[in-house]
Amino acid sequence: MGKDVRRNWMIYLLALPVIAYYVIFHYGPMYGLQIAFKDFMPAKGIWDSPWVGFKHFVSFFDGIYFWRLIRNTLLINIYELIFAFPAAIILALLLNEIRRMMFKRWVQTISYLPHFISIVVVAGMMFDFLSRDGLINQLIGLLGIAPIDFLKEAGWFRFIFVSSGIWQGIGWGSIIYLASIANIDPTLYEAAKMDGANRWRQTFHITIPGIMPTIVIMLILNMGNMLSVGSDKVLLLYNPLTYETADVISTYVYRKGILEASYSFTAAVGLFNSVISFILIVSANAISKRVSENKLW
Amino acid sequence: MGTQTVGEKIFGVFNTFLMLGLCFITLYPFIYVLFASLSDAGAFLQHRGLLVRPVGFNLDAYKAVFQNPMIISGYRNTLFYVTAGTAINLLMTAIGAYVLSRRNLFFRNFLMFAIVLTMVFHGGLIPTFMLINKLGMMNTPWALLIPSAISTFNLIIMRTAFQGIPVSLEESAKIDGAGELTILFRIIIPLSMPVIAVMVLWYAVGHWNSYFSALVYLRDRTMYPLQLVLRDILIANSTDSMSTGAAADDKYAIGETIKYATIIISTLPIICLYPFLQKYFVKGVLIGAIKE
Repeated sequence: MGKDVRRNWMIYLLALPVIAYYVIFHYGPMYGLQIAFKDFMPAKGIWDSPWVGFKHFVSFFDGIYFWRLIRNTLLINIYELIFAFPAAIILALLLNEIRRMMFKRWVQTISYLPHFISIVVVAGMMFDFLSRDGLINQLIGLLGIAPIDFLKEAGWFRFIFVSSGIWQGIGWGSIIYLASIANIDPTLYEAAKMDGANRWRQTFHITIPGIMPTIVIMLILNMGNMLSVGSDKVLLLYNPLTYETADVISTYVYRKGILEASYSFTAAVGLFNSVISFILIVSANAISKRVSENKLW
Repeated sequence: MGTQTVGEKIFGVFNTFLMLGLCFITLYPFIYVLFASLSDAGAFLQHRGLLVRPVGFNLDAYKAVFQNPMIISGYRNTLFYVTAGTAINLLMTAIGAYVLSRRNLFFRNFLMFAIVLTMVFHGGLIPTFMLINKLGMMNTPWALLIPSAISTFNLIIMRTAFQGIPVSLEESAKIDGAGELTILFRIIIPLSMPVIAVMVLWYAVGHWNSYFSALVYLRDRTMYPLQLVLRDILIANSTDSMSTGAAADDKYAIGETIKYATIIISTLPIICLYPFLQKYFVKGVLIGAIKE
């Protein structure tokens, strides 16, 4: 090894900042996670604060918000899995059926666009459209429906969150499936046509099985994110009136940790979240490896 | 293809309408915002339903937005964060990808494992926050630039691209006396321009759109990036400072159009660049999707 280092010293020197970056900014916080098992005192620092075992975990599990947070986090994810996940696949299949290339390209270009708009702007537009005298209420008012204060009623939150997510992500999400459709061997379609399969059957027997590996990989990735609804968007859209359905683990960590400075407790909540996500992604991968040949690693 | 069954024809027509519907739902909100921003505040407030053109065209809302010091400073700050952040991202990612693409690095597999592990397990918000605090980066621009210096996902994409370059090229350069830095900057990077372009775009758009780290790490409003200023205006409804001088009723009215003008001003750069950049974005997804 010494010889290698001497001969290639430059490459090891180049590796240093990258290694330092990962050690400090990725492994550093992992080191800091020990405060989940301690009562963090700023004066004593992370290392010297006293150990308290699972105290913070227990108080989280016994806390009044535990089940609400778990339910909200899981339900938002499950709804996304049921509605948003297939939506991108269906869009890819429908786009694939368009024969006029110009039209197809236009639809694709337009459908990707909202992905590049910042979440703050999207949320801002939602606030205006969904407010009591906003566009949506003006439109449903024409149908004789009384105005609804969408963003102030807990019952609407999940629907609004998931459907706006589909609006913003469906086009972008379909790219990967379109690419995978493009990779399917065209001779398969020729052969199916010879056998008299119509477009519907070709879709079911060639296209969908052909993109199955991609679907499975995307599904595994989604499973790993099950407990981590990005706080970015919920934080913008929720308010105390909708906490009942909107407050998720990550926003709770933000409120309790950053705003109220209870570091040890929220580090425990965050650790719980990471561990469950880790278990979910590893098991999804293992199950997929067993039932099919698709795996992430 | 000439022989379509009746069912297929019906489906084709149905599909076309469905796609047109999708385009409408995607684009109309932006068009509405554009028309509303160009409308007269009072007339807009009276208006009900969809807009097909601005009502009582005027540019007052834009004047108010351009006179707002927070928007101006937010714009300036964001430009800085985007350029400085993207430069740091690129440099670090390229170096990392180069190091990891070297087959003879003796701890390469361990390093790769340690890096990929950070994709599935991380310390979380609070320990990261405490670290940034401890490092004295709190309330400094560094907090937005350094902790996100490398996106591991992008690093892996770039490494894959670098590995596609024939080793013989590097070897012959070495024989000619080129050092590692020369190889990286004069051979590897120029040959990887497509992937570099994609990375620049992804990182830059990421910086342009991000608000959360600024929300967590910045206290001083003069350092706020545009997105955080927008959050105050659009979500927390603080348009009052921009409509000074107007009577209370007018204030509410002009506040509405100011919001729309703000959305347009802050989204315009992306919308204008989008048609030219779109294919690179897509290429990035496709490069990322290649299995090793």
